[in-house]
Amino acid sequence: MQQLLSTTLTGLTLGMVYAAFALALVLIWRSTRIVNFAQAPMAMVTTLVALQVIDAGAPYWVGFLVALVSGLVLGAVVERVLVRPVEGKAEINAVILTLGLFIVLHAVAGLVFGNDYQSFPAPFGLSGFRVGDLNVALTGFGIFTIVIVLVVMAALAALFRFTDLGLRMRAAAFNPEVSRLLGVPVGRMLTIGWALAAVVGSLAGLLIAGGSLVYPSYMDSVVVFGFVAAVLGGLDSPVGAVVGGLLLGLALSYVSGYLGAQLVTLASLVILMLVLTLRPGGLFSSASARRV
Amino acid sequence: MSAAVSTDGRETGTALDIRGLTTTYGAVRALDDVSFAVPSGRITAVLGANGAGKTTLLRTISGLVPATSGTVALGSHDLSRTPAERMPGLGLAHVPEGRGVITEMTVEENLRLGGLGRRTGTEPVPLERVFDLFQVLGERRHGVAHQLSGGERQMLVIGRALMASPTVLLLDEPSLGLAPRIVAQILDLLGGLARDEGLTVLLVEQNARSALSVADRGVVLSLGRVVADESAATLAGDDQLRHAYLGF
Amino acid sequence: MATSSALPVRAWRRVWSGTGSRHLLLALLGLLAVIVYVEAASDFRNLQFAAFGYLGIAAGGLTVLTGLNGQLSLGHGAFMAIGAYTTALFLDDGSPVVPLLGVLVVATLVTVLAGALIGAAAARLHGPYIAGATLALAVGVPGIALHFSDTLGGEQGLGVVAPPVPVWLLDLDYFFTGRDLTPSRYLSYVVWVCLIVTFVLLANLSRSRVGRRWRAVRDDDVAAEVAGIHLGRARVSAFVVSTACAGLAGAVMALVVRLTAPGGYTLTLSLTLLTAVVLGGLGSLWGALIGAGLLSYLPQLATNVGESLGLDQTRAAELAPLVYGAVMIAVILLAPTGIAGAVRALRARRTARAERPPPQTTESTVQQGEMSR
Repeated sequence: MQQLLSTTLTGLTLGMVYAAFALALVLIWRSTRIVNFAQAPMAMVTTLVALQVIDAGAPYWVGFLVALVSGLVLGAVVERVLVRPVEGKAEINAVILTLGLFIVLHAVAGLVFGNDYQSFPAPFGLSGFRVGDLNVALTGFGIFTIVIVLVVMAALAALFRFTDLGLRMRAAAFNPEVSRLLGVPVGRMLTIGWALAAVVGSLAGLLIAGGSLVYPSYMDSVVVFGFVAAVLGGLDSPVGAVVGGLLLGLALSYVSGYLGAQLVTLASLVILMLVLTLRPGGLFSSASARRV
Repeated sequence: MSAAVSTDGRETGTALDIRGLTTTYGAVRALDDVSFAVPSGRITAVLGANGAGKTTLLRTISGLVPATSGTVALGSHDLSRTPAERMPGLGLAHVPEGRGVITEMTVEENLRLGGLGRRTGTEPVPLERVFDLFQVLGERRHGVAHQLSGGERQMLVIGRALMASPTVLLLDEPSLGLAPRIVAQILDLLGGLARDEGLTVLLVEQNARSALSVADRGVVLSLGRVVADESAATLAGDDQLRHAYLGF
Repeated sequence: MATSSALPVRAWRRVWSGTGSRHLLLALLGLLAVIVYVEAASDFRNLQFAAFGYLGIAAGGLTVLTGLNGQLSLGHGAFMAIGAYTTALFLDDGSPVVPLLGVLVVATLVTVLAGALIGAAAARLHGPYIAGATLALAVGVPGIALHFSDTLGGEQGLGVVAPPVPVWLLDLDYFFTGRDLTPSRYLSYVVWVCLIVTFVLLANLSRSRVGRRWRAVRDDDVAAEVAGIHLGRARVSAFVVSTACAGLAGAVMALVVRLTAPGGYTLTLSLTLLTAVVLGGLGSLWGALIGAGLLSYLPQLATNVGESLGLDQTRAAELAPLVYGAVMIAVILLAPTGIAGAVRALRARRTARAERPPPQTTESTVQQGEMSR
């Protein structure tokens, strides 16, 4: 009972982070039909930048903000400079491009920040609290994680639903040509989309890092989890990504708790294979026969 | 600006002046030195067989396809050097072939989107104006656009174009796949907009007979070239031309 | 999977009856060059040369998959790990029960099994999905070694004792060179003979009917399906052949490195292989070889340059990936003909040909690939 509760709570917290990361992948996939595998090292770089700022004596929240802002800039620059030329080309080009960027960002991080494990602070407590006899594994930082991811999701939903910018961004993603005819600067919308996605990715990076160790490859497995979560939800649906993230977080937490922590990534591969074989359109697709 | 004389004898200015417009796809000349004037406040039909270059003409005018040479004058602007996304701001709306409804959005969102890019200096058009023209859209304003029928989609894209208060409307094959009754309704509406509000319409149609029934002028394209540029009545009366290019 | 079991058999027949003579001649010339280099080079250089060789084998397999069949694998490092661990389980105590050739074959077969499993699922996928699945594999497989640390040695890994040099080879080498064949030279020979055999098979396979089917699927899967090609079978067979190469590469890598540990088979290895393939030009075996060569010699060079610039060793070691990651991006941005262009050019030629109506279907309209040269 104790373990089941802890495992579930840990799974929910992690699931929120995977959901955020999956959401970042889905935002980019919807607008440019590219899975940004470089999302992981992008988030890693911004988190390490934040760590520099914090180590230099700035408060945690300044570092937090710096990470998000540098994510915004990095996302915009990557789209405008690197991704724009491959948009609409053979999809293998875009995949290789994001992997090239993956390698470069890893190398840059190693060069600038070193390959050592460094501990990253957390703004809230890292121990659970007690209710009667039960140790509840929900930490202060865990609550913060859940709340901030919910807030970000609500903000994104509001942006897309209620603002003119959101309307233009959705239009540019759904139908670029018609959008141009309606006066939407499609290129600019894609840049903004990548920038926003990178901010959400950076947030996920900060949440994974909080109270734990960071090093150049600390996000590599998260991009796998984010991808699997996004595919669970159908890769096209932001809501699906969130639900997929939560489900995956729970599933992997049980695998980690009952089978072994080292098998988590492989378990995510098994889940991915099952989904793609049984319901290629994602768990919530009405037509399971969609070609992927 | 040159003056053109329409069928009813009213003098009118030129809304779009197309000169020497040439568009190539690789080695293929889809448009070959096309020149004609589109009178303002009138409906001009662009006719011709499949592959004559009608759709390419509209896509080149609105900047979706780059022109190899030539100019398209809209007032003092040369549209052949203007990116597509700036066209609505200049007063040019293009309803593409296959309708271009953004099916993932609601009817109202589609219309709002049309209003966002409205002609510079104009007031927003209230949604109700479109709902007055097309009642069914008002009834389904919160429905997702992919649930609309073909005719309703055509109404939606025309309504969406009108949200931008255009002076010139490019319309590509509005009759495609629609019942004759709905086609007549839509063409009727266009005639009214031209007559009462001075909207200039450049209408690409496969169905020459019904297009000429509402148009003031007709331009016939064949293999990318202009082979006739006449008043609609003259075209409809020219048996040779009709048989050779228009198929009725 | 049962449906594709007849395919390897047919593939083999094609390989042997195919236009192999030119490839065999090239192989003999290559073998000669390898002998000259191995005998002239030092033990240290030979180990480096062997590393070049095993990267080349894996890159050759990957270029067949990506260049010929249009599938992307970010998981070939993981397949190398499977081959390597299988080898290590056989050769961990220095008293081999199976001859070396048998170990290499078994290691390859075990990897093929894993490859068929993944490939069968991946055959339904394209582009980003297959990339994501193989990425998960690359990140996840080292975890197996950590989880089953009793059998697989955990973080420390398993030691590998290469079997002694066979006496007949010792005698033969002594007869020609007048000195004893060192283990390093011997391993260099093993790796490069494996590479030559693999490359000849791959080159013949790509010229065969099977290779033409792979290309047809890559260029236009709908047209290929209409022409009667079973898409799933074509994709799975390409994947299986490709993973066999990775398994063999991993097996000989285990011999050369003398240690099989999870740290050697991280995502970095998988991405390195992909880099080799992209740098060399997708679909070309020569390109894969050149790419593998660059990746085995460039890091040392870059690290030296970095150290002479005053960087510490770990940081200087990051210069090489920085360079090849950047070159990879540059290839995609500046030389798009590398991938899409080649495909497009092939398509253009094919449609140009289709206008003169040939009675045959796809098999004849698909152009000869880039691999034949």
